[in-house]
Amino acid sequence: MERMKLVLQYFQSNSESISNGICIVLALVSVKLYTSFDFNCPCLPQYNKLYSLGVMLVPPVILFFLGVLVNRHTGVMMDEWMRPIGNRSKNPAVVKYLFSAMLQRALLAPMVWILVTLLDGKIFICAFSVSVDPALFSGLPNNTGLDVIRIMAKVPCKEDLIFRNSSFRKAVSRYVRCYSQAFGWSILLFLIVLGAMGRLIKPCFDDHGTFLQTRYWSNYLDVEQKLFDETCVLHARDFARKCVVQFFEDMREDEIICLPHPPFIPRSGEQWEEEEERLHGISRQEQVDQLLSKWYNSKPVLDVTRIAHRPRPCVTWEDRQGKTLYSDV
Amino acid sequence: MDKFRMMFQFLQSNQESFMNGICGIMALASAQMYSAFEFNCPCMPEYNYAYGIGLLLIPPIWFFLLGFVLNNNVSVLAEEWKRPAGQRRKDPTILRYMFVSITQRSLIAPMVWVSVTLMDGKSFLCAFSVDLNIERFGNYSLLNGMSEMEKLKLLARIPCKDLFEHQEIRVAASRYIKCISQACGWMFLLMMTFTAFLIRAIRPCFTQAAFLKTKYWSHYIDIERKMFDDTCKEHAKSFAKVCIQQYFEGISGEMRGFHNQRSSKDDSEDEDGDNKKSDEEKLLGIRAQDDMNKVLWNWHTCKPALALRKENTNGEHNGTLNGEANGATNGFVKGHTHGVEKKEWAVYYSKV
Repeated sequence: MERMKLVLQYFQSNSESISNGICIVLALVSVKLYTSFDFNCPCLPQYNKLYSLGVMLVPPVILFFLGVLVNRHTGVMMDEWMRPIGNRSKNPAVVKYLFSAMLQRALLAPMVWILVTLLDGKIFICAFSVSVDPALFSGLPNNTGLDVIRIMAKVPCKEDLIFRNSSFRKAVSRYVRCYSQAFGWSILLFLIVLGAMGRLIKPCFDDHGTFLQTRYWSNYLDVEQKLFDETCVLHARDFARKCVVQFFEDMREDEIICLPHPPFIPRSGEQWEEEEERLHGISRQEQVDQLLSKWYNSKPVLDVTRIAHRPRPCVTWEDRQGKTLYSDV
Repeated sequence: MDKFRMMFQFLQSNQESFMNGICGIMALASAQMYSAFEFNCPCMPEYNYAYGIGLLLIPPIWFFLLGFVLNNNVSVLAEEWKRPAGQRRKDPTILRYMFVSITQRSLIAPMVWVSVTLMDGKSFLCAFSVDLNIERFGNYSLLNGMSEMEKLKLLARIPCKDLFEHQEIRVAASRYIKCISQACGWMFLLMMTFTAFLIRAIRPCFTQAAFLKTKYWSHYIDIERKMFDDTCKEHAKSFAKVCIQQYFEGISGEMRGFHNQRSSKDDSEDEDGDNKKSDEEKLLGIRAQDDMNKVLWNWHTCKPALALRKENTNGEHNGTLNGEANGATNGFVKGHTHGVEKKEWAVYYSKV
């Protein structure tokens, strides 16, 4: 448990690593979404291409927007971009850095979806089976009365009856899937080469010193926002506690005790004084009822100056000649 | 500092993460419920549409309302809305903010249900099979020579595997409608995600300062409510403790006095007697069976009044403090103002 806490704290301390974590989770979600999605090619010449391209391109757009939404840097970047200048000058390089970091992370899950669809091949088969030349393969069923286009459009559908006894469907599927996988691997290779080249060539163009500064200040903005939120929460908690205690103490009244003096000597103990303190002077049923009803009907003013700034004695030490040695004032 | 961080995480985790957790659980419950639900199209022209569309739209409404029920902030919102203004102004932006955040969280489970239903396609197939044009799927002369009613009845049976004989038509039609259903599902998801993106990413352009203020005060209301409940609980506990002790003491008055006089002499002497003293004290003077029976009997037949006697250890001190505090509702304790600090003087004498 302690180790988990340490690991979580490590990840949370570095804002970049938590963004990376979320990015990877989104990529895994994208893979899981693809495997659980029931791909359903219409097998009709007019609709095959439309459906396939839709399934290949619409989910990446959705995943991209999701990636931008869940990224913390989006909020930080928008804040920094839109804020008035005030006392702090604005550095456009920081905004650009945050924007490119956010974009790179948001593009990962869509790329994963596109690559998975290409490597799996179902979508390509659905989209391009009508474009295949049937003369390349033997066994085209010619006794169904349907024209060639319609037959080719039915290739992605496994359970269709016209392909029951021939291997035509499987041959065409394999052929198109080859193309699909080749395309997928080429895209992957291209992206990796692009990334590698970017990494290698960037130091030649960019000033590394400026880059370090930009990265530092982007991280700083993120940490500052987190700390501000934390401080607000702690402050609200203290404010609430003082407000409530002040409310209780304001309901105190003078006590007129009309009972005989108790015959015994009461105990002196810290425990007793603690209990007294927690009562805040409310010690009767009517007082409690009045307090609870006033809490609803007339909530106290949001002002804890009285309790936060209780007067305290201040001591000043002076020596014989009257010179101040130490003062609380 | 580490302790503060842990505490903050605990606080945060209690509020937002708890609500997010409930939200996620409801979304999973909604998906699980759909897969466990056995879809059963009636396959009759009059009822297909109602069943299909009803299954698409009614469970989301139910999940949305359930989201409101499970969200603790709903009662905070209702209380803040209905309370009399009293000494504290009411801020409508806070109410709006709370309402919007509750609504956003409650909308996730319905969205999941609608997406999963559309992606699965069964409800669309059930609702729209009567509107199909069979010629689209091939040269089928099935419907030739049938009356309108019979055509509708035949088409309505398409969603049911065991009621419709022509498998090819059924498979082709269900594929077609499922396509349309999935396309609608993806468009729905795209629209929702784009709307959420606009709200989240573009909002800072407009009202950031006011937003920070609203967020702080709505969070404050929640915390204040919890603090008030905690303070009341502490108060009730202390009240009960003191009430019961005074009850016991009231019943065993004479024996107690004798015991106390004796033990107060031992007080200053040894500390080994501490444990023994606290056990003796815990007896509260009740040592005999008769006394205990009397205590128990009176507790039921004649409970003590809900009015604690003040202890008189520093009796005068309490009295003066109360008097001054009571006259201090306008903020000044008698004889003291905030700005003036009392100076105490200490003079240092040295014999060097």
